[in-house]
Amino acid sequence: MPIPDRIERTIDLAQPPQRVWEALTSAEGLGAWFGHRATVDLRPGGTAYVEWDDENGSKATMTISVVEPPTRFAWTWGIQGLPATDPRRTYVEFILRPSGGGTRLTVTESGFAQVPEDLLDTAYQGNVEGWRKELAELADYLHAAA
Amino acid sequence: MPQPDPEAVAEAVFAALAEPTRRSILSALAARGPTTATGLAGLLPISRQAIAKHLDLLAAAGLVLAEPGERRRIRYRVNAAPMAIAQSYLATLARDWDGKLARLQRSLDASAPQPEAAPDPAVPGG
Repeated sequence: MPIPDRIERTIDLAQPPQRVWEALTSAEGLGAWFGHRATVDLRPGGTAYVEWDDENGSKATMTISVVEPPTRFAWTWGIQGLPATDPRRTYVEFILRPSGGGTRLTVTESGFAQVPEDLLDTAYQGNVEGWRKELAELADYLHAAA
Repeated sequence: MPQPDPEAVAEAVFAALAEPTRRSILSALAARGPTTATGLAGLLPISRQAIAKHLDLLAAAGLVLAEPGERRRIRYRVNAAPMAIAQSYLATLARDWDGKLARLQRSLDASAPQPEAAPDPAVPGG
């Protein structure tokens, strides 16, 4: 089974696009359904932070890519569970279309299957070598101090 | 370096993790750092020969790296890159857009039609 690169979901909401837009793009909205607290700098290139009140104190940082009210909103963020130094980012896009008196919302997240060329020989080896170097320096330091 | 096939890399990781002995070897290397086959045999209830066989398989799959050295003194360490590729596969399963969109729908339904109204504080998150 191939690794899925793209997740896509569509949901019909009773509220008009402007209300759904506010839920998706405001700190109050994201803090209510997505996480427990959020801040949003709503402009392309702006940053949104979301925090969760879970046992890990989970946090997410998103870089906003597209702001086209009230029809299109997109951000990029890192892949869950990977170190912050991992260069890979997935792209999340929300499309809002009027549907009856409500909204048909489609969310797609893509980029899970990407393997940047530098992943194997730079980011990870770099981390491994970095740690080995740090530890070797620490050992030298302790040795000299003894 | 040739572009690795992510599916093949993820498959190698999951196959390695499905076998208890290889799982023990990877866990021991992750916990203790680079170790020889003999060193692993002192840590695990498995013969050195069986460990050497599994280390060869793990090295062929790119999951451990053998440091250069004399045969019996070769130390092995975990190679993190394949794990990170498998992790991105797991992340597609863990994103949970179904749960998030259900919470969005509940949040919108619970809040008053006017945007000035306070959002429902009782929406479960996670």
